[in-house]
Amino acid sequence: MKTLLQGNAAVARGLYEAGCAFVSSYPGTPSTEITEEAAKYDEICCEWAPNEKVAMEAAFGACLAGKRAFCGMKHVGLNVAADPLFTMSYTGVNAGLVIGVADDAGMHSSQNEQDSRHHAIAAKVPMLEPSDSAEALAFTKLAFEISERFDTPVLLKMCTRVSHSQSVVETGERMVPPERPYEKDIAKYVMMPGNAKKRHPVVEDRTKALRAYFEAGFQQYKEGDRDVTIVLNRIEMRNEEEVVSPFAKHLGIITSSTSYQYVKEVFGNRASILKLGAVNPLPDELLTEFAGEVDRVVVVEELDPVIEEHCKALGLKVEGKNILPLIDELSQNKVAYALREQVPQGKKLDDAIPVRPPVMCAGCPHRGVFYTLGKNKCVVLGDIGCYTLGAVAPLSAMEMTLCMGASVSAVHGFNKATGGESAKKTVGVIGDSTFMHSGMTGLANIAYNQSDSTVIILDNSITGMTGHQDNPTTGYNIKGDPAGKIDLEALCKAMGIENVSVVDPYDLAETDRIIKEETQKEGPSVIISRRPCVLLKNVRTAKPLRVNPDKCTGCTACMKIGCPAISMKEHPALRVPATSTTPRVAVVDQTLCVGCNVCVQMCHFDAYEGMSKEGITYAERGGKQS
Amino acid sequence: MKKTRNIMIVGVGGQGSLLASKLLGHLLLEEGYDVKVSEVHGMSQRGGSVVTYVRYGDKVYSPVIDEGEADVIVSFELLEAARYLSFLKPDGRIVTNTRQIDPMPVIIGAASYPADLVQKMRAKGVKVDALDCLSLAEEAGSAKAVNLVLLGRLSHYFEDIEEDAWDRAIEAVVPQRFVELNKKAFALGKALKE
Ligand SMILES: Cc1ncc(C[n+]2csc(CCOP(=O)(O)OP(=O)(O)O)c2C)c(N)n1
Repeated sequence: MKTLLQGNAAVARGLYEAGCAFVSSYPGTPSTEITEEAAKYDEICCEWAPNEKVAMEAAFGACLAGKRAFCGMKHVGLNVAADPLFTMSYTGVNAGLVIGVADDAGMHSSQNEQDSRHHAIAAKVPMLEPSDSAEALAFTKLAFEISERFDTPVLLKMCTRVSHSQSVVETGERMVPPERPYEKDIAKYVMMPGNAKKRHPVVEDRTKALRAYFEAGFQQYKEGDRDVTIVLNRIEMRNEEEVVSPFAKHLGIITSSTSYQYVKEVFGNRASILKLGAVNPLPDELLTEFAGEVDRVVVVEELDPVIEEHCKALGLKVEGKNILPLIDELSQNKVAYALREQVPQGKKLDDAIPVRPPVMCAGCPHRGVFYTLGKNKCVVLGDIGCYTLGAVAPLSAMEMTLCMGASVSAVHGFNKATGGESAKKTVGVIGDSTFMHSGMTGLANIAYNQSDSTVIILDNSITGMTGHQDNPTTGYNIKGDPAGKIDLEALCKAMGIENVSVVDPYDLAETDRIIKEETQKEGPSVIISRRPCVLLKNVRTAKPLRVNPDKCTGCTACMKIGCPAISMKEHPALRVPATSTTPRVAVVDQTLCVGCNVCVQMCHFDAYEGMSKEGITYAERGGKQS
Repeated sequence: MKKTRNIMIVGVGGQGSLLASKLLGHLLLEEGYDVKVSEVHGMSQRGGSVVTYVRYGDKVYSPVIDEGEADVIVSFELLEAARYLSFLKPDGRIVTNTRQIDPMPVIIGAASYPADLVQKMRAKGVKVDALDCLSLAEEAGSAKAVNLVLLGRLSHYFEDIEEDAWDRAIEAVVPQRFVELNKKAFALGKALKE
């Protein structure tokens, strides 16, 4: 059947069709939907793991046991899982093992812009790179074949534009993969030095074999075999009839992934293209052959010059990053500009258009904590999640964000280095999912090496940032069924943290009291700030508040919490046109306010009206949240 | 070969532009076109500026629309229409909701919301359909139907697509109990004389 499928959903479909039986992943934009979509197939046992390393090792266990397995993550997740990856390259697999990794050139939703192809090269594992949904589906299936045939994990590299764009695919049936019962093989699976030394040459030979395989696929294709399964790499020679000037140099472009689409958009059939579907190992002979057939070779690739430098090492004369940007994602206009083609232009207004950055939602439980930390002039070492928005004005109450878990580890180092009074002002702030991911080990360090550190766990009952995934603290699994639930208080206590308190961040006075108390204490403390994300399905919002314009003095105290539902406007009774000096009063946007009542506590003049007694309430949670 | 047509849908995270792009994608695929629909998820969903690209034609390559390429920009919020103006072709058209949502820099007084944006865009020679979608959506039965009001107006610029096809697309992508409401919102948007 022909359907429009998102790239990530196409990978999930590929998993289904390839007979994949086990998926374990950790969410991360833009990779998350692969696993969410895979969870919709009852035939696949699908799970969220606490982090990418755990996910990859779980998937490895399943492939060892004889089932095709998959593990998905965003680019930075592969850093976390790099440890198992590098040695799985040595052990190889039993049933096929595919690892999906999604890069985020342009950093739409990431903390850095790293290029995952370096991991493939460093770990010496093959990497396939689809350029649209149809290829995402086909390459996923092919990746399992390659994994089993060459006894290797295979990386499937996605990127924001391939993951999150929908294009047309033709779906097929689910296959039954060959039986591969587990067999004890200590020399292959126990990587101690004696065994690993024997496996390293196997890895090097495998890379040579893979390179030959990727070349051979193309040769077969060239000889007219259109059924060949591995046309991962292909050449599209230019159409001579479309070449305008007989004097123009014959341009040849080497490209892959979404960059291929930009090249085709600009050139159609006017340039010759070597489109690479396998970016590691690269096909040396094919690259050389292609370069020999054209007058000028340009490599068009996003981020680092990986293909370009490989070509240069082969002694080929190619251009690339000398004309194309190293930073940010590419686009058709950027490719056109670099290659001196016509670039379309649009119109612009003379006015400055104010930016619209993401904001903490109205009613977000994180708000009260950051307001209080700012008020107490705390040094806040932060982490990654929705709460990173605590760094944005007007809250501006987070001073460090590095990678998942770093808040807890860094606050310890910070406090050990400064000690004394400084430690009484310095806190680490981390979300529930991030704490499960890699905050626990940092807390073990605090408990063990004893610093006067305060860690605040923002427990909003969900993994918010990536679009509401369950995690080990929520009590539900990826299918929305009841699951094991880790008790954060008991966990912290079991680690030896004696001061563990729980606070409601909608109650500003109580939040202020607890933060003051715990930061002053000697020895480690954990504060759990507990309130569910307001966007969860079981949340019953309260009716919106209103400001009585005659009571509001325009003091702007309520503006300090940075709620998107509150703004300062002219008094509604004002009849003359407003000027810049017209006094203003607070106004609540009735479509955005959810009645969390935090603003009410900021007001000194009782101007906020219409609070419901019970405030926001919660229905029984059940089923999926995303 | 027919040239690829480009529709951009812009708005503020949480306004419901996803349904609009899903409906367009379905419609255009049913009409036999090659289609690509591209959106960015994640951080920008939370009250930030969001953009979706819909491209269709005989063969579509790039999943994104670049500056100077959009035939139509459909906007859920006025400032967002102005923000992406440079993506419009010189003879392109903007179909925009007149609703204004202040971004955080405006709320905290660090920037101001530019006045008279519709007039200013028209002064630059841009064709602008400016509609008060919220009141039409409410007339249809729900403030959430803003997206269908916009699509109703947009349907004017798809001369070769029959009204039936739009109806079928609504039936296919909207949950059963909201079909009538959405059809009504679509009709109101369509009937609107600018
Ligand atoms: C290694 C790594 N994996 C995944 C991500 C993607 N990611 C960013 S924040 C986040 C989870 C945030 O959830 P939580 O800590 O519960 O905070 P919330 O967003 O709910 O406030 C994830 C999965 C990442 N940035 N780095």
